[in-house]
Amino acid sequence: MLYTVTKLTDYSERALLEASLRVRLVLKSEWRVVEQTVINPDLPSAARQKALKDFRDRWLGRKSGLFGQMNELWLKNAPPDRKKDVGQLVNQLKQRDLLQIEELVEKGSFFARQSGEAVRPFNSDSGLQQETLSRIESLLQNLDSFEIEKLYEIARQEFSIDVSEALQSDGNPKERGVDISLPGNRRPLGAEHPVIKTMNEIVAVFRNLGYSIEEGPEVETDYYNFEALNFPPNHPARDTQDTLFIAGQDAKVPRDRLLLRTHTSPVQIRSMQKMKPPLRVICPGKVHRNDAPDATHSPIFHQVEGLAVDTNITFCDLKGTLDHAMKALFGSSVKTRFYPSFFPFTEPSADMQISCIFCDGKGMRDGGPCRNCKASGWIELLGCGMVDPNVFGFVDYDPAKISGFAFGMGVERIAIMKYGVDDIQLFFNGDVRFLEQFA
Amino acid sequence: MKLSPTWLREFVAPKIDDRQLADDLTLAGIAVEGISGEGEAMVFEMEITTNRPDAMNHYGVAREASAIYSLPLQWISPKLPAAQGKTEFRIEIEDAAGCARYTGRILRGVTIRPSPQPMVQRLASLDQRAINNAADASNYTLWEMGHPTHAFDLDWLEGGKIVVRRARDGETLKTLDGIERRLTRDDLVIADAKKPVALAGVMGGFDSMITERTKNILIESAWFDPVTVRKMAKRHGMHTDASHRFERGADCGATPLACDRVAELILASGGGQLEGGVIDAIAAPRQPLHIELRRAEVTRILGKQLGDEEIINILTRLGFALTLEDYGWSVQVPSWRLDIEREIDLIEELARLHGYDKFENRLPAYVGSVIELLDAAKDAKLRATLLALGYNETISLTFISRHDAAKFSPTSNAVELTNPLSEEASVMRTSMVPGMLNMLAYNLNRGAENVRLFEAGNVFEMKGSKVDQRKTICLGVTLEDLKTNLLEGHILDFEDETRKLDVFRSFKGDVEVLLNRFDCNPLRYEARTTGYYFPGQSACALVGEVVLASFGQVHTNVAAARKLRQPVFVAEFDLKELYRHGLREPRYRALPRYPAVERDFSFVFADAVSFEAMQDRVEALHIAELRSFVPGPEGIYRGADVREGKYSLLLRATFQSGECTLREEEVAQWSAQVIQALQELGGTLRSS
Repeated sequence: MLYTVTKLTDYSERALLEASLRVRLVLKSEWRVVEQTVINPDLPSAARQKALKDFRDRWLGRKSGLFGQMNELWLKNAPPDRKKDVGQLVNQLKQRDLLQIEELVEKGSFFARQSGEAVRPFNSDSGLQQETLSRIESLLQNLDSFEIEKLYEIARQEFSIDVSEALQSDGNPKERGVDISLPGNRRPLGAEHPVIKTMNEIVAVFRNLGYSIEEGPEVETDYYNFEALNFPPNHPARDTQDTLFIAGQDAKVPRDRLLLRTHTSPVQIRSMQKMKPPLRVICPGKVHRNDAPDATHSPIFHQVEGLAVDTNITFCDLKGTLDHAMKALFGSSVKTRFYPSFFPFTEPSADMQISCIFCDGKGMRDGGPCRNCKASGWIELLGCGMVDPNVFGFVDYDPAKISGFAFGMGVERIAIMKYGVDDIQLFFNGDVRFLEQFA
Repeated sequence: MKLSPTWLREFVAPKIDDRQLADDLTLAGIAVEGISGEGEAMVFEMEITTNRPDAMNHYGVAREASAIYSLPLQWISPKLPAAQGKTEFRIEIEDAAGCARYTGRILRGVTIRPSPQPMVQRLASLDQRAINNAADASNYTLWEMGHPTHAFDLDWLEGGKIVVRRARDGETLKTLDGIERRLTRDDLVIADAKKPVALAGVMGGFDSMITERTKNILIESAWFDPVTVRKMAKRHGMHTDASHRFERGADCGATPLACDRVAELILASGGGQLEGGVIDAIAAPRQPLHIELRRAEVTRILGKQLGDEEIINILTRLGFALTLEDYGWSVQVPSWRLDIEREIDLIEELARLHGYDKFENRLPAYVGSVIELLDAAKDAKLRATLLALGYNETISLTFISRHDAAKFSPTSNAVELTNPLSEEASVMRTSMVPGMLNMLAYNLNRGAENVRLFEAGNVFEMKGSKVDQRKTICLGVTLEDLKTNLLEGHILDFEDETRKLDVFRSFKGDVEVLLNRFDCNPLRYEARTTGYYFPGQSACALVGEVVLASFGQVHTNVAAARKLRQPVFVAEFDLKELYRHGLREPRYRALPRYPAVERDFSFVFADAVSFEAMQDRVEALHIAELRSFVPGPEGIYRGADVREGKYSLLLRATFQSGECTLREEEVAQWSAQVIQALQELGGTLRSS
């Protein structure tokens, strides 16, 4: 049964859409039939030309062409308030589909001319077939998914064809998939050094509490490393520092003699000389000790020093600040505990422990004693205290009016604990097998 | 220091077990670091801080325990027999600053023999070797109450007196360890009328030591100045139990007690009798120290108000004497607490015994903005870029050998260490390259072929009397890694199996990416590097005459000397110079609306002509529409139809206008200009 344009009884939007889809489906399916003739090289050229011309006339013939009839039957009979919509629809069909038929016909005659009047057949693998198919594909592509569904439904109901299957069979072959289980090709990414990563994390916690970042030189004078930190000359407390000294300093007065800083605490002094209270600084950096390298010792390591000075800083603030920082670093369930210690530059001084992050402070793990905390449930992490009034004296702060706290922690120690590293030397030999684990 | 809880319990008897005792002591600052043994034989390993010499003995720790548990302390009170007659022996202190007090006792008719077993065992449990009853009595007293004493064989002392004086230059003394020591005026000695017989507070003399033949004994119990003892011990390279305590400060008030205790122990084990009473020479009398303790200051520092009763309790139990004043108290410090000199020291005592964990955790309020380090943004940008380029971040030792310093920075004045860890680490690094090469070698020696590392750190140099510290970044890559990371589309030199050119360009690309983070224009490259780079495979990047970076293949000689199994490349960035330039701020340029036109030119040039020369020539034409001028994808070609000493190169010019589509005639005209410019450089256009 050949399609004819019939009068519309329903001018609703939905009815119009259905009508237009029907037209385009018919157009496509009729072309598929005509196409068989047009591209068949075994047929005489004239027959092929005729098939093409007939197709054009059926659709675009001036009087009886289907598009012409649409104008006559749909547009002219449309109720006045729908005229505009119908006009738009017909026009759209023309703009989108009619022009393409024209082109196809043009193309057909072009090829016919090229190939000689009657006898030379179309080249079977000429661009025509491919182009035709792709044009029809593009017709479909212009439809949105709702329209396509609709189209398929009409095709099934009225013409008993399964369009989607037809398209698949004569459209693109189904593509073979890739083995998505194969590993991806990775671009190499550099790894952050675990110590610097840890150091940055510690600094970030205190930055969020309002601490500014300060740095100091790795080569310090005796004054900054010891004297101003209340290590008197010839005091046994200096022995605990295993200092590396710079040669050729004998001509200088003792306080000016150079050495490798043994802790980041000199930055406290430098910061207080530079700024007036209130101040809060966090000072990351490298320090040196005369310690022969082994699994637990290194002549270089890193510390983060913190200092808060204000008119109202108390021992309770020291405890609260560090407790907060440890929870930020190790998780909110971590507990802290403080006990007395001695540093010349703080008083009262304290050592701080955190509850063991491996056994949750229980001292037992996997049915045996926890090795990380030696079954104590606690891990020693840092030294801290209230800034000693003598230190304030060195930087011309009035210890009667202000107070402060200071703390310092070894970064390697924390990184070792965090990542379960068993040899501190791994941090310093550049072994890529180690480093790449942190990428 | 080792401590026996059983011994401790002779002075104080807390009703808790030893492990609890250890915990409680630790939380009061008398740290028990480890526990060994069980029951009676249990030993605490103590970690007593340097400020607490008074607690480096059993009685001292017992005193702390009595304060912690508020329990009575059993005092040490030696019971001595009545003295026989008077003694003629004299003690003279010439150096009052060095020796404030010297207390002595004379024992006669003593039998020297091994100490009784309980004492031997007790000393053994502390790893102390028993010697004889006199030496052991002195040692036992040291561990019991902390005061170092010494026993002389009285018969070796000439002139019937002891003189505490400075040594005379040229004097010598053979110490107990058998070493003959040359003395100077800096040494404080115990001498008899004629000669030094002991190094004060450090070690006794060999000749006057107690032997089996000793019958008569002088017991020395003195107080020596900490700094004097420390300097002496250091100068002679000695560290003894006595010097350890005197350096940290002994109890000037304890000399008679310690002296009596030693006498009691010797008389008990060796018989004999006291000759006369105690001889107590005091050169510098000590007045007890009084400190003001204000209630308000306690609260200001600790953030918590402690009750009067608690304050009085804590301090009294620790041996302080309090007098009520309107501000708080006047506190008299006991003679053994040399660490207590100021109000803050008392506040620490209060906090310590109140219990640190009883203070509330608070976060202080703060108003103020965070100030970042000056170069923080630049540091972070470089680091992020290097990580994205696949470089692993490293940290190497700050020390290098003198030899490497001379080799890698011949013009730098290296910073030498007085006490280096080793010959290989005797100076501060003047260059990051030796450390980088060590790390590359470390990896190559362990079978890693693809290694890509960077390190950011300081290099050091002596400038006058000061040390100049310069921030540097060093990159290190193995040839193998550069090869595997070559971008296929960018390979220029297909002919050369070694991919020399492409490898260099690949590494230069990383250098360019890093430099391109900064606004450093006009940047140029010169084939000028120092000796450890391989000539022809290395370059430096400059702005003006300032070198920002040097990079390239490490000289094969250097690589061979370090037994590197592969050629390696390094780059050094002088951050001090680089950071003079700001970070490049991106700027929007309107996207092209008109198509670009590409023209390829195939040229033959003499080897001496560099791409830079071509680029300069073409740029000098000032064609505004020239968007780029780069080597084309066909790469470099040598051989066959190209004569020796020449190479063929495809060059690609891209033209584009922001205003209109380019006309064919315009492009043709510019192409002709480009061709002419390249011909002027000696290039020959190959027929296309």
